[in-house]
Amino acid sequence: MIDEPTRQLDEGALRALVPRVLAGLVRRGEDFDAAEDALQEALLEALRVWPEHPPRDPRAWLATVATRRLVDARRSEAARQRREEATYAEPRPAATEEGDDTLFLLFCCCHPDLAPASAVALTLRAVGGLTTREIADAFYVPEATMAQRISRAKRALQGRRLDQPGDLAVVLRVLYLIYTAGHVGRVDLAGEATRLARQLTLATEEPEARGLLALMLLNHARLPARLDSQGRIVTLDRQDRGLWDTGEIAEGVRVLQSALAVRHPGRYQVEAAIAALHDDAASAEETDWAQILAWYDDLVALTDDPVRQDPAAVLGRAVAAGHVLGADAGLRETDRLREVLGARHRWHAVRGHLHELGGDLPAAAAAYAEAARRATNVAERDHLVRQAARARADTLRRDRSE
Amino acid sequence: MPKYLLLKHYRGTPEPYRPCPPMDQWAPEDVEAHMAFLGHVGELLKKNGEFVDAQALTPTRTWVRYGGPDAAPVTTDGPLPETSDLVAGWYMIDVESYERAVELAAYVSSEPGPGGGPLYEWIDIREVMSELPADD
Repeated sequence: MIDEPTRQLDEGALRALVPRVLAGLVRRGEDFDAAEDALQEALLEALRVWPEHPPRDPRAWLATVATRRLVDARRSEAARQRREEATYAEPRPAATEEGDDTLFLLFCCCHPDLAPASAVALTLRAVGGLTTREIADAFYVPEATMAQRISRAKRALQGRRLDQPGDLAVVLRVLYLIYTAGHVGRVDLAGEATRLARQLTLATEEPEARGLLALMLLNHARLPARLDSQGRIVTLDRQDRGLWDTGEIAEGVRVLQSALAVRHPGRYQVEAAIAALHDDAASAEETDWAQILAWYDDLVALTDDPVRQDPAAVLGRAVAAGHVLGADAGLRETDRLREVLGARHRWHAVRGHLHELGGDLPAAAAAYAEAARRATNVAERDHLVRQAARARADTLRRDRSE
Repeated sequence: MPKYLLLKHYRGTPEPYRPCPPMDQWAPEDVEAHMAFLGHVGELLKKNGEFVDAQALTPTRTWVRYGGPDAAPVTTDGPLPETSDLVAGWYMIDVESYERAVELAAYVSSEPGPGGGPLYEWIDIREVMSELPADD
């Protein structure tokens, strides 16, 4: 049970300080691993102490406590400890801007040598300021497992040079992974990823960073309509569009337009443009599928061999082709993917949708049932079983009326 | 308190008491009723303080064994994939007694099937071994 003062603490503001304090420590020459541990301890201390005794300067407080922890960890070196306590007691004002700190830390945490799951965990802790417990809860693993994953990731970074500009594409991918990891539970990972992407756009002019932020906002805007009151999936064509978050849509469109103005397109900008077209339609019937198809043409053109390198884009294009050129055209497009995606539930689900679009209800029911057998999450499995049962019932009803 | 798994099976149960087609061939309203009931069971267990965990498994299975030194793992779908036992998912419960576990399993088995009547699905009860001897 959370007591009242804790709830009043602005955790978001607290966590926003984490990258700045950590970057300050690392830039000062502290070991990344040790500094991150020390700051995590300071953060837990802040959550405990601040509700009763709010600090005057939260950032200085965190830096001081983290520094004390670092110093404690080096207690054996008594002389050095005294020197450092004198030096660090007053945190110096940061010379760098907030955005630079975030970018610097994202490059540390989204290092190309780390496995995606490790980069995700490390980013959430070192940049997002989440506790190990919260990250573990978000991914439904025991806290000890997540703690181990994080310390292994940090060990893997030891000896790597962290002062070089990193790979922005990896950073974007990790943030998108965090975004897609889940929208429910105690930790709002989608909201967290959006917050980090927004910080990233303050640090880099690269339009793909803004493309990613726009994509997150434009998809997130539809979240309130994605599930009904019983937790059932509601597909885009049946959603109550009045529930969409118009503020997020407006921000997403604004961010997207500023990215597209740079005229250096990339996959996140294109995907955001597609999301914007869906968000823009007042009803499913008013969806501008022709423009969506044109954007999908751009998306598949970004890779040399889209069927193998970006099958998800080809599958999305198949849906758009089905709406613009007819169900058969869409189905032909999915045929190209049979070898690559034929074992995945989404391929069968898309074919079910296209069969239904073309009026072939028995084929739709069979495809949905096959998709349900291959689904890897309960909500989608249940949704696909319902779709199959509905398509089958519609078949029987149609047969009776004929 | 002892913990039990209430296992649901895709196949490998005793002779079905009430044979019925796969759920995607039920009437849509029967599907809804069935899913709503299973959601209600989870809620009930939580409200009773008996819930530990509930998970569903995909029907895809691979058997794996060590392939020997310098050899890849050996995998197979099993010699009799159509008849072998296949777990679909479980509720893990923490209850007063074995009798309570049986009572809850029977309740799960009363889930509505096609046409609305009980499905009479066989539920497999397995006790979870505790790690340490009881402190007595």
